[in-house]
Amino acid sequence: MFAEFLQYLVTGVTIGAIYALVALGFSIIFNASHVINFAQGEFVMLGGMSAVFLLASGIPLPAAVLLAVLCGAVLGIALYKLGIAPARHSDPIPLIIITIGAGLALRGIAQIVWGKGFHSLPAFSGNEPIGLLGAVIMPQSLWVVGTTCVVVALLAYFFNRTRLGKAILATSYNRDAAQLMGINTDMIMIVSFALAGLLGAVAGAVVAPITFTYYEIGVMLGLKGFVAAVLGGLGSFPGAVAGGLVLGVTEAMMAGYISSHYKDAVAFVLILLILFFMPTGMFGKQSAERV
Amino acid sequence: MSDGNDSLGAPAALTGTSARLAESSSLLARLLSARQGGFALLLATVLLAPLFMDGLYHYDLAVLIGINAIIVIGLNLLVGYAGQISLGHAGFFGLGAYTSAILTARYDWPGLLALAASAAFVGLVAFIVAKPILRLRGYYLAMATLGLGMIIYLVLTSESWLTGGPDGMDVPPLVVFGRPVMGEQTWYWIVAMILLLTYWLALNLIDSPVGRALRAVHGSEIAAATAGVDATGYKVLIFVVSSALAAAMGGLYAFYSGFITPSSAGFLHSIHFVVMVVFGGMASIVGSLVGAIVLTLLPQMLTVFADYDALVYGLILMLVMIFMPKGLVPTLASWLRRSR
Repeated sequence: MFAEFLQYLVTGVTIGAIYALVALGFSIIFNASHVINFAQGEFVMLGGMSAVFLLASGIPLPAAVLLAVLCGAVLGIALYKLGIAPARHSDPIPLIIITIGAGLALRGIAQIVWGKGFHSLPAFSGNEPIGLLGAVIMPQSLWVVGTTCVVVALLAYFFNRTRLGKAILATSYNRDAAQLMGINTDMIMIVSFALAGLLGAVAGAVVAPITFTYYEIGVMLGLKGFVAAVLGGLGSFPGAVAGGLVLGVTEAMMAGYISSHYKDAVAFVLILLILFFMPTGMFGKQSAERV
Repeated sequence: MSDGNDSLGAPAALTGTSARLAESSSLLARLLSARQGGFALLLATVLLAPLFMDGLYHYDLAVLIGINAIIVIGLNLLVGYAGQISLGHAGFFGLGAYTSAILTARYDWPGLLALAASAAFVGLVAFIVAKPILRLRGYYLAMATLGLGMIIYLVLTSESWLTGGPDGMDVPPLVVFGRPVMGEQTWYWIVAMILLLTYWLALNLIDSPVGRALRAVHGSEIAAATAGVDATGYKVLIFVVSSALAAAMGGLYAFYSGFITPSSAGFLHSIHFVVMVVFGGMASIVGSLVGAIVLTLLPQMLTVFADYDALVYGLILMLVMIFMPKGLVPTLASWLRRSR
């Protein structure tokens, strides 16, 4: 009974950690530019896919993963430079459509380069299951959760303790004021998009051994990451992590105890319920409207 | 609405020449206005298009354009005029399609009744969720409508006993007065008539007190409410109308194509509708027509790129939004005005 619960919890926390990474990417870009980046899921897809194919080209696994993560960061910068920066002064909706177009284009590229098939990445440290109080943990789950913990700690340090991190936060609070204080806001945008790309690629690379990866894997992961970000209040970093974990655990519990039939629907039912009762998410700030 | 009235309708003229000029320019203005001129142009296009259409494939495309245009006009009333984003309209389209299909295929309802019932049912669903959903703003509204569409999509995919699951289901032909409606050409005229009607009604709605109230709500909800506009009521009204319209078109599409799959309710299809609205131009009914035409034809034309079609489509979306963030029709209209 307890072992069963623990098993579902482990599954939920693992997938929740991935949602958290994706949600953090959404929140970072949202804070910097007020854009919902619908290409965030494609960062995840490309992180996993490029790790698979770098490995296949003979590069050792750790280097392949690191390179894939760097690819993600470069891709984030490219999205900003080629898509968002030229249209920076537009309303949010055209900007969102630009990211949707970018997502489609990236899926198109992946499909051309790597085909439509499923690909797998070997687990980082073997497939020997670890027993814990009757539950079974795959080593890759530990990699996922551990990586997410490290990333979150690094991000917390970055945003609270470094000059650049504080400059990013300042820009997200008030762009004009930040600029007047001598912050190079264009640079802040580049760093934010690079970070979001990097986070997506990290998520894609660590989850690839568990879920396999293919050119459309980013669609659902992206949407659920968006749900997680909104669940915690869009733009809030602790909210993104909490939202991801809540979503992952709820999904696993529903699948385990009730039915796995509607596993994918859990995210959307949950977000509708939350929004009906808490219109700005669990940790969102109340905002007043000026007329 | 940039229908040219404001820029071309000349003020009262003083001298005889300019009076005549003003007269002719007001005639021009009327021709250029979306209401009369646009309607006449649309009517002419619809009537003359068959002369240039060669084979059933062209008729098929024209029917798809018409169905998309009707949905996009409805969606534009919600997104462009009332300022409420919906990333879940394909959910209503799919729900309407499946309701019509299930009622006729599984329960032997007459086609027209099933069509009306599906529009009414989806309208009711939209009405029930409208109040809590439309309380949300901006990205939270986008999220909620996206979620709603996804739930509909997942239900249609999962309830195989009723919907046939991911493989889709067959739909019997629409039978009207004892005769099945068959053939692309017949469907062309049906869809064309509904399109003309929708276009006319939409333009009248925009110029009515309801339309002005919607634009006031778009400008500032609180200010509109202060001025005595029932902001929530109007938002709910237009949400229900556009959802029921999408559902009716979904039903019609199901009867027309004879086969539907859950992807008709999917997220990408929802995005497709919104992109048509924004691509053509928000708060421009003519823009909706243009958006539906271009973006229905574009994927067909891109098939020449074979595997590269998704890539090219995505890049075109990005380029248009970068260089024409206001959409095709408003941007072209302002270029025309400037070059004058």
